[in-house]
Amino acid sequence: MHVLLSDIAQTFGLVLFVVAFALVLVYALAPSNRSTFDRAALTPLDTEDQNHDQL
Amino acid sequence: MSSATQPSPLRSLSSEIPYLSVFLGIGTLFFFIVAILTPEPAMRVHAFIFLAAFSAGLYALLMQLQFGKTPPTDTYNLNVAKAGVAASAFWGIAGFLVGVIIAAQLAFPALLSWETIPWLNFGRLRPVHTSAVIFAFGGNVLLATSFYVVQRTTKARLFGGNLPWFVFWGYNLFIVVAATGYLMGITQSKEYAEPEWYADLWLTVVWVMYLLVFLGTLWKRKEPHIYVANWFYLAFIVTVAMLHVVNNLAVPVSLLESRSYSLFGGVQDALTQWWYGHNAVGFFLTAGFLAIMYYFIPKRVNRPVYSYRLSIVHFWSLIFIYIWAGPHHLHYTALPEWAQTLGMVFSIMLWMPSWGGMINGVMTLSGAWDKLRTDPVVRMMIVSLAFYGMSTFEGPLMSVRAVNALSHYTEWGIGHVHSGSLGWVGFVSFGALYCLTQWLWKRERLYSFALVEWHFWIATIGILLYICAMWVAGITEGLQWRAYDEYGFLQYSFIETVEAKHIPYIIRAVGGGMYLTGALIMCYNLYMTAKGHVRQSEVDGANAPAANPNLVPAE
Repeated sequence: MHVLLSDIAQTFGLVLFVVAFALVLVYALAPSNRSTFDRAALTPLDTEDQNHDQL
Repeated sequence: MSSATQPSPLRSLSSEIPYLSVFLGIGTLFFFIVAILTPEPAMRVHAFIFLAAFSAGLYALLMQLQFGKTPPTDTYNLNVAKAGVAASAFWGIAGFLVGVIIAAQLAFPALLSWETIPWLNFGRLRPVHTSAVIFAFGGNVLLATSFYVVQRTTKARLFGGNLPWFVFWGYNLFIVVAATGYLMGITQSKEYAEPEWYADLWLTVVWVMYLLVFLGTLWKRKEPHIYVANWFYLAFIVTVAMLHVVNNLAVPVSLLESRSYSLFGGVQDALTQWWYGHNAVGFFLTAGFLAIMYYFIPKRVNRPVYSYRLSIVHFWSLIFIYIWAGPHHLHYTALPEWAQTLGMVFSIMLWMPSWGGMINGVMTLSGAWDKLRTDPVVRMMIVSLAFYGMSTFEGPLMSVRAVNALSHYTEWGIGHVHSGSLGWVGFVSFGALYCLTQWLWKRERLYSFALVEWHFWIATIGILLYICAMWVAGITEGLQWRAYDEYGFLQYSFIETVEAKHIPYIIRAVGGGMYLTGALIMCYNLYMTAKGHVRQSEVDGANAPAANPNLVPAE
């Protein structure tokens, strides 16, 4: 069992994690997402004043 | 239902009411039968608690039907968040108080063990403390803040009509059942998962509803992008559901008795338990409270988070790495060494996302550093991040097998946990509670900033006393346990290593008492704020931060 698991971890698992991390980086750093993220970062701030309960 | 053509009293009601009523009705009947038939007095007490809660819920629903009162659909559901704030304050005090009591019991065992009262035995009070602070206090803070944040950031009302209330009351019912169970001696002896099978099943129902409310609200959102705080809340809800279900897989002895047998045994049981236990830290006490950080710090200082991109990398790396770190709790046990090493390696990798997240939170203040001086609530949240950085540095260090050989089973572990829980989870929660009380009850300002200062300093000094005492006690006993004399015998008997901790135990109890005192001050401040009072001397005097918006930081 150990041999099987460590074989998977050291080959497929390693590749999977590196690729997944690379995809996250691509998504986070892609210039085309810049405006989306810039807008998203303002989400907590632009919710008018906290005294307004109407949707 | 909204498409019904003929006028009917049911037409305007939310569709969840009939289902909820039937569920609560069947439950009431079931617990009535259990209460009659069970051979176990403690189980009868719990059946009656469930019975009372279910019939109260049923009564509340029937009253809604009777008067045709429907929850509004054109406003945010803020009352459930208000209830969460009140419950957090209550359970916080209860949990801290029990903590101080058991700390005093350890410091003065002869005086405070109360052998004739089994309910107050250390072994029963200890899980009351841990569950009360983590699940009752922390859990209600997470409920209150997540219900608030998801509505504000999606611009949608909470999904499900009465369901958020079902989640709130159902969760607190679980807490009551868990705590009373510990006092009566009901436990399945899994750390942080002590409640028995029926309480676990009930929490599963509540938690799935919580997930449904959260997902439903995200589904209705009017903002295209889901704000990062909601990602963290969602990861917390989904992962806790998974951990809770797997770790609590068990076969009850009978439907009428509290006892059950775990599906796992031996080292598999140990590994499952610490996979659960460590991810309770990673996803309950970290991911959930990072969500608080990502909403409340930007909101309070009125600046966007330092780097939204970093928050995305932070999120994915944190959740992917945390889930593997659990085996570091089982160094030098029957667990295969490769699994121990795996846990250790992933724990060390956690340095990166932990510190990345911390830096992201702290740097949100760039350009507004003066708030650290002028707004004690901001200072509280930033200091919580300092404690977060400290304990997430210490944790990976302690997961290294060679360090763990010294630290494991000693008070160092207790100190580490409390620098994270008192410093990080506690302070960021207090910050959120101060903000929420002001915002939910629509107050211009808090009742008193001076009292926040008092809370901050008393609690901070209390934490420092606590963790320094535990470092001293832990390293002392760790070194004593491994000390040999010239003949190769152990140099210290066990009781000598206990005696060596007497003074640190007293200091720890004092530190915990100070932390409790700070929380009591906070509760008074929150109550007065909710009532709409403002401390008069702060309005008149120069000691009013909010009244001095013209203060400009020196460059």
